Amino acid sequence: MIHSLFLINSSGDIFLEKHWKSVVSRSVCDYFFEAQERATEAENVPPVIPTPHHYLLSVYRHKIFFVAVIQTEVPPLFVIEFLHRVVDTFQDYFGVCSEPVIKDNVVVVYEVLEEMLDNGFPLATESNILKELIKPPTILRTVVNTITGSTNVGDQLPTGQLSVVPWRRTGVKYTNNEAYFDVIEEIDAIIDKSGSTVTAEIQGVIDACVKLTGMPDLTLSFMNPRLLDDVSFHPCVRFKRWESERILSFIPPDGNFRLLSYHVSAQNLVAIPVYVKHSISFRDSSSLGRFEITVGPKQTMGKAIEGVTVASQMPRGVLNMSLTPSQGTHTFDPVTKMLSWDVGKINPQKLPSLKGTMSLQAGASKPDENPTINLQFKIQQLAISGLKVNRLDMYGEKYKPFKGIKYMTKAGRFQVRT
Amino acid sequence: MTDSKYFTTTKKGEIFELKAELNSDKKEKKKEAVKKVIASMTVGKDVSALFPDVVNCMQTDNLELKKLVYLYLMNYAKSQPDMAIMAVNTFVKDCEDPNPLIRALAVRTMGCIRVDKITEYLCEPLRKCLKDEDPYVRKTAAVCVAKLHDINAQLVEDQGFLDTLKDLISDSNPMVVANAVAALSEIAESHPSSNLLDLNPQSINKLLTALNECTEWGQIFILDCLANYMPKDDREAQSICERVTPRLSHANSAVVLSAVKVLMKFMEMLSKDLDYYGTLLKKLAPPLVTLLSAEPELQYVALRNINLIVQKRPEILKHEMKVFFVKYNDPIYVKLEKLDIMIRLASQANIAQVLAELKEYATEVDVDFVRKAVRAIGRCAIKVEQSAERCVSTLLDLIQTKVNYVVQEAIVVIKDIFRKYPNKYESVIATLCENLDSLDEPEARAAMIWIVGEYAERIDNADELLESFLEGFHDESTQVQLQLLTAIVKLFLKKPTETQELVQQVLSLATQDSDNPDLRDRGYIYWRLLSTDPVAAKEVVLAEKPLISEETDLIEPTLLDELICYIGTLASVYHKPPSAFVEGGRGVVHKSLPPRTASSESTESPETAPAGVPPGEQPDVIPTQGDLLGDLLNLDLGPPVSGPPLATTSVQMGAVDLLGGGLDSLLVGPAMGGMIGGPNFVAPSAAVPASLGAPISSGLSDLFDLTSGVGTLSGSYVAPKAVWLPAMKAKGLEISGTFTRQVGSISMDLQLTNKALQVMTDFAIQFNRNSFGLAPAAPLQVHAPLSPNQTVEISLPLNTVGSVMKMEPLNNLQVAVKNNIDVFYFSTLYPLHILFVEDGKMDRQMFLATWKDIPNENEAQFQIRDCPLNAEAVSSKLQSSNIFTIAKRNVEGQDMLYQSLKLTNGIWVLAELRIQPGNPSFTLSLKCRAPEVSQYVYQAYETILKN
Repeated sequence: MIHSLFLINSSGDIFLEKHWKSVVSRSVCDYFFEAQERATEAENVPPVIPTPHHYLLSVYRHKIFFVAVIQTEVPPLFVIEFLHRVVDTFQDYFGVCSEPVIKDNVVVVYEVLEEMLDNGFPLATESNILKELIKPPTILRTVVNTITGSTNVGDQLPTGQLSVVPWRRTGVKYTNNEAYFDVIEEIDAIIDKSGSTVTAEIQGVIDACVKLTGMPDLTLSFMNPRLLDDVSFHPCVRFKRWESERILSFIPPDGNFRLLSYHVSAQNLVAIPVYVKHSISFRDSSSLGRFEITVGPKQTMGKAIEGVTVASQMPRGVLNMSLTPSQGTHTFDPVTKMLSWDVGKINPQKLPSLKGTMSLQAGASKPDENPTINLQFKIQQLAISGLKVNRLDMYGEKYKPFKGIKYMTKAGRFQVRT
Repeated sequence: MTDSKYFTTTKKGEIFELKAELNSDKKEKKKEAVKKVIASMTVGKDVSALFPDVVNCMQTDNLELKKLVYLYLMNYAKSQPDMAIMAVNTFVKDCEDPNPLIRALAVRTMGCIRVDKITEYLCEPLRKCLKDEDPYVRKTAAVCVAKLHDINAQLVEDQGFLDTLKDLISDSNPMVVANAVAALSEIAESHPSSNLLDLNPQSINKLLTALNECTEWGQIFILDCLANYMPKDDREAQSICERVTPRLSHANSAVVLSAVKVLMKFMEMLSKDLDYYGTLLKKLAPPLVTLLSAEPELQYVALRNINLIVQKRPEILKHEMKVFFVKYNDPIYVKLEKLDIMIRLASQANIAQVLAELKEYATEVDVDFVRKAVRAIGRCAIKVEQSAERCVSTLLDLIQTKVNYVVQEAIVVIKDIFRKYPNKYESVIATLCENLDSLDEPEARAAMIWIVGEYAERIDNADELLESFLEGFHDESTQVQLQLLTAIVKLFLKKPTETQELVQQVLSLATQDSDNPDLRDRGYIYWRLLSTDPVAAKEVVLAEKPLISEETDLIEPTLLDELICYIGTLASVYHKPPSAFVEGGRGVVHKSLPPRTASSESTESPETAPAGVPPGEQPDVIPTQGDLLGDLLNLDLGPPVSGPPLATTSVQMGAVDLLGGGLDSLLVGPAMGGMIGGPNFVAPSAAVPASLGAPISSGLSDLFDLTSGVGTLSGSYVAPKAVWLPAMKAKGLEISGTFTRQVGSISMDLQLTNKALQVMTDFAIQFNRNSFGLAPAAPLQVHAPLSPNQTVEISLPLNTVGSVMKMEPLNNLQVAVKNNIDVFYFSTLYPLHILFVEDGKMDRQMFLATWKDIPNENEAQFQIRDCPLNAEAVSSKLQSSNIFTIAKRNVEGQDMLYQSLKLTNGIWVLAELRIQPGNPSFTLSLKCRAPEVSQYVYQAYETILKN
């Protein structure tokens, strides 16, 4: 099982270590540093690194490497999932997960890590249980603790720990009972030069924020559940009812949680809400290149496209670019060759465009690679897959909750080849 | 007011100050001090000097302080074992605390203090906690048993904790069950032989129930445990599968993959005709696809596993090609894996899309990725014949880009395409030649030289091209030198008039100026060949090459089957069985897929015939990078075994022995080189030169260090005498007998008993014509008359020069015995091993050749059951009956014996015997040009081994 954990920042310093069995010398991380050196970018460090006596499994998030050390055959996904869970928990506790924040809260971090694993076996990873065991720091609590000498460690066994619904604590009370659900869909797509779709798929999630008193039992039904053939549920969802009736029935955790994530595969036709018209040309003889892109709406079901940003990694041969946008702002970093253009909202009557020239290295042959354009955008009040919630009902409690559903479509990894 | 203040130090010496604070009377100050100590500890500072002071703070009712002290204890107790004893009392007291949280905390911490002296104090509290009324305490105690076992395994066994742990599998609380399973699995890992997780249908049922209710991590433990269970029949397998499938929808990817493992394994038992089988296949695809939308690290592990799944059951993901398309901002390790899977899924249906993508990738920035993409195009050409033309033109386009590394990769793959589709795409050679100068990598240079040599007759200036390479001969790598030598010899054989000088030059460079033995030897062989008999040389050097097969880099089927059992583990990431990399001497139990149940055996299609794929059918593969040398070398020589040209040459030439010797060294050389240098020699089938043949895959070197077997004189196994002719049928004459073979002579040992009332005389014996021409070598000599109730024993020598007639069954022998009373007929079956001659030991090379040469349909496979011998014993036992072990090698823990035997009539029988340690069933594969004898050879094997 998981032996030890090292947190390493991007400059290669180990700033936290935690051991759940015997102490493993931090020199084991040398192998990691070697791999880190070999990889051109931090993202490219391989997640599994063998060393003579251990294996190092790592995840890279928030510019921090979380490196777990294992000694025996352990499912690597288990370790990597756990590491991501650690990051999520830190984020949940401290709002952000960064080196200074972790250092500032090092004792809480240590206590939390100790609760999460015992001898390398996961112990409590549900954040609501953890929060009952170790109270997250708040300014108020820190002040109160210093004055009164009370602690931020709970001394009662968390109620959820062993119940059949470990994700929910008992005795929840709210004056305003509310349940909000956000249906968020991200489109991952690759569009080729000519504008046709190479592959497109939708990663959807339903995130919930449920603040309901007592032990509510909810059911959520969809207008078109047929769309959901590839789903992953929060453990609270009763799988049997989904299988037989296509209804989500569950006792929700308290607070924020991800109720389900789903995947609408490339086989179904995915609507592509935007198009990019581009003409990027280098000439062999000249040291100038022409650059022009235009973004426009495609299948948006009449909704506005907002928050559009365009980013593109230009070839190394491009020295500088002089461009004029019809709207928004743009930057080009001559060192990293990264072009980014913050477009904002697309006005269908007047399509945003960015045009101008690129200056190339004099005398060099024209670049081999074509830049790929990365697109970000948001569409409010639309689930691009067409998923619609039919109704939400509550059983088990008498009060009337306030209910709300929100839809949103975003670009995930949306790439246009040129 | 953050914890970072704990890191600040004062001038006065930090430790000193902390010590004072720890001993302060004020609770608050104490706690702050402990926090400072912990903070120092987290960044790796040594604060062990404060041990006594920190332990003094342990006696407190403040839970946070207690936890902090415990944290400290766990870290430092090992370095201060004597001091750690001080803490024991507090632990024991805490284990009695009314608050379950405190009880659990105490037992948990105690287990983490890895000090031998403490462990004995731990036993009593642990025993109590294992039976605690609160499940939270029980589940913590379960893990504690695993901890204790790690420190002192003997103690755990003596104290009976293992049994208590086993009882917890039936606990009412699912979390306790999950933790007990996890603890037992961990303990079992260090004790592979102990039958700790003895699973039976009842316990499986409990696990499946707990599976639905426990936490995600618990589900992983339970699923991994389930995967080790062997259902008794397909119905049980199906019902387990049905209860496991809901896990595929879990949000935790580790749960999903563990569930996939269970399903992949148990599916093996389901009949393919079953509706459920199809449903299950369909259900497996979406979760696997979903894994690819997770974080890149998870994707990587998932992709490595999908790579295995796609090889085992390509039908699952055959429609999902698009999800493996590479995004340009994927991390490189994800890109490379996706590419690999794309090629595995490439088929006629999707090849157009795949090619378009690959072409796109070939213009990316990352060099490694681009190279692999170019190589992938070549692999597609070889895999999907219909696409070959398009692939070649794509490659040509890429060559036009003149990007150096793209051109080099393209040339390397085009060489393979030439080999797969001879006489089809040679028109592109001109284009290739244009790029000759830009090649600077040995592999590309060697490939280009090979092409020039192979197609010398079509390239007008081939001699000039090769000559230009020759100038810098000594600076080239061995790979290029060898290739150049061969290419020039080929050129010479094709255009002898113009190139005589060139060939002499290269031969002298290779033989006189080189230190490399491979190069020298090869040079000498060519020289000898050319000077002795140019015609033969032509036949040898320009012999037709075997085609390369389509699928590349496939994992050997047996290894694949084993790896399928390890889905989701490190083994699946490395594509090596755990025995290949797990630390230390811990034995690793080999896992294997369950056999399909009998009812469905017949319906099994060949593609899934798992372990039973005869080695001869293993696909030849294109060698990757490092093996090129071995491969090409082999090609030039023509496989010495299958190629009749060599045989004729040897006869014609005087220098036969030299050639033979040289051949040997050449064959060994490259094979070894391939094995050492091959980047992926883990998958044996990929690393071995194609023509050397599959039967021995990677084990060439093993082959050569064999037991030198000189036939022992003890003689073959002799069956006890059986009654051949009962007295009732022969007027009182009872004949029983058996066959023996000793030092080369066969005899029939007879025992004649007179059960009649009269004396018998005038015995004579005669055999009918039989399959192997067995005949008495001497008359039957019974010296004295046989009185009533008298028995006489006679050994009748036999020879095999009698007339031959095929009998049914083959080993049937009809005998006539005459005495003064009458003539009696009987027939008996002789064991075939009496016909195994002493000089039945085949030369290794010969064996390889013969094995390859005998068509696969002549191969027969048998199971020898219930034979508890090990490979050594088997080998020596068989040897005494003239079955000779030519080679032995160990593949994934299985012993493979390669054996040969020869029958009196000169028929050779080749055998491959697969022995799994601990499994009394052996698999025997026999190859023989006269397949009808196989069955009787098998019977002989069985008789010899079982007696």
